[in-house]
Amino acid sequence: MARLPGKGLTVLLGCLVLWEILARQSGALALYFPPASRVLATLAEILGNGELLGHIAASLLRFAEGYALAAALAVSIGLCLGLWRPLYTLFEPLIELLRPMPSPATIPIAILFLGIGDEMKVAVTVYACSWPILLNTIDGVRAIDPVLLNTAATFRLGPWERFRKVVLPAASPQIVTGLRVSLAIALILVTTSEMVVSNDGLGFYILDRQRSFQIPEMYAAIVALAVIGYALNRLFLTLDGWAMAWHKGLTRKEEIL
Amino acid sequence: MLDVGELRKEFQPLSGQPVVALGSVSFRVGSGQFVSIVGPSGCGKSTLLQCIAGLSRPSAGRVLLHGREVTGPPEGLILLFQEYNKSLMAWRSVLRNVRFGLENRAGMSRVEMDAEARRYLELVGLTGFEAHYPWELSGGMQQRVAIARALVRRPEVMLMDEPFGSLDALTRIELEDALLRLWESLRATILFVTHDIEEAVYLSDRVYVLSCRPAQVIEEIEVKLERPRSQLATREDPRFIQARHHIFELISKEMAKG
Repeated sequence: MARLPGKGLTVLLGCLVLWEILARQSGALALYFPPASRVLATLAEILGNGELLGHIAASLLRFAEGYALAAALAVSIGLCLGLWRPLYTLFEPLIELLRPMPSPATIPIAILFLGIGDEMKVAVTVYACSWPILLNTIDGVRAIDPVLLNTAATFRLGPWERFRKVVLPAASPQIVTGLRVSLAIALILVTTSEMVVSNDGLGFYILDRQRSFQIPEMYAAIVALAVIGYALNRLFLTLDGWAMAWHKGLTRKEEIL
Repeated sequence: MLDVGELRKEFQPLSGQPVVALGSVSFRVGSGQFVSIVGPSGCGKSTLLQCIAGLSRPSAGRVLLHGREVTGPPEGLILLFQEYNKSLMAWRSVLRNVRFGLENRAGMSRVEMDAEARRYLELVGLTGFEAHYPWELSGGMQQRVAIARALVRRPEVMLMDEPFGSLDALTRIELEDALLRLWESLRATILFVTHDIEEAVYLSDRVYVLSCRPAQVIEEIEVKLERPRSQLATREDPRFIQARHHIFELISKEMAKG
C-alpha cells in the first residue's frame, strides 16, 4: 500500500508529462500555469540558493512541536477517559460537539490569546491533531477484551503493571492509527496558520509568492510541501512497521482465516 | 482446601427482574484432586469460576481457600480461559508470554524467569517455539502456551473454564492427556469446567453436576477409575460408561426442565 508499485509510478510520471504538455499549450494562462519542468527547476534553484530552507525548517519545527505535544497530551487524556467510564460520560457531549468543528476556526481565537507568533501556530496544530489521537486512544482502551483484563487480574497484576503490560500494549495499534491520521492534519494546520499570519514557513512562502506573482516559486514550494508530507508518512510507516510488527502479523493472519 | 459455600450470584439487567445465575452452589475440592463441573449450557459455570477466582463478587455465600475467604484474585490460584487467543498477549513472543506468569514475582532475575519459562514450555511440549508469536501457532499450541503461563507460577489451584471447548476432537484428546500428565507430575489441584460429560468423567476424580439456572449442585459423582487413564481402555470401562449414562440422564432431565 505504501510502497509505490511500478504501475503507480507510471501514472505519476504520466501526470507530470500531461502537466508539462498542457502548461506549454496554455497560452494566455501560461503565467499562472508554468510547466512541470520549470517548477522543478525553480524548486532546485530555491533549494540550492537556500531561499526555501529557512521556511522548511520553520514549518518543520512548528510541525514537530505541535505534533509531539498533541501526541503526549491526547494519548494521556485518551487513556484516562478510556479507562474511566464516568469521566468519558462527563466529557462525551463536549468532545462530540468540538470534534466535527473545522479546526482552522480556532485560529482567530488563538491569535487573540497568543498573538501571531509560533505559540499560536503550535497551539492550533495541537488542537487539531489531538482529536484523532484522543478518540482512537479512547476506543483502543475501551475495546480491550475483558478476557485479557481478567487474565491480568488472575495473575494479580497491580494497577500500574496492568496499565503498562496489558492496557498500553493492547491499545497501542489503535493509538498508532490515531497518530498516523494526525500526521497529515498537523501539516495542514501548520500551513494554514502560516498562511493566515506569519513571516516565515512554507505556508507563508506559498501565499507570499502568489501575491507577488512569482508563480513558479509558489508551485515549487507546494511541490516541496507534498514531498515533505510524503516523506513524513513514509518515515511513520517505517517506524510503525518496526514497532507494530506483531500487529501486522496478527491482522494478516486474521485476514487469512 | 477449596470450599465453596452457598454461593449465590445475581445480575441486575438494565430493566426487569434480577437474573439469578447461581442459586446456592456448595462443594469442596480437596488438595491434589481433579474435580470437574458439568451442567447444561448457560447454567452459570463461568460465573461460578469467576466468583471462585475472585474476579467477581458473589451476591451471597463465600469461597474459602485454605480456610481464608476469597475477596480478590488470591495468590496460588489461576484461572485459565477458553479463549486462549484473547488471553495470550499477541505482542509478546511465546517465551515472553510464559515469563509474564512470573514477572510480578519478587526476587527473580530475568534470566531465572526465562529459564523457568523454558522449562515449562518443555513440559507442555513447545520447545523450539519460544520466539514465535502466539498467533503463529495452532489453537491447541496456543492453549498449551496459556497452560505453561499458568503453571509456571506453580499454582496450588488451577481453575479451567472449558479450556478445550474450541479445539477440534483430536487436539482435545491430545491436550486432555497432556493435562493429566502435567497434573500428575506437578500435583496441582484442578477445578475443570466443561459441558462435555465424557471429558469430565475421563479427567476427574469427582464430577459435580449443576442444575439449570439458578444453578446448584444436583449430584456429586465419584469416578473410581484407575490412573493413568487411557483414551481407549478408560473410555470402554463399564464404570466409565455407567458414569457417563448417569450424568447424561441428569443433565437431560435438567434441560427438559429448563
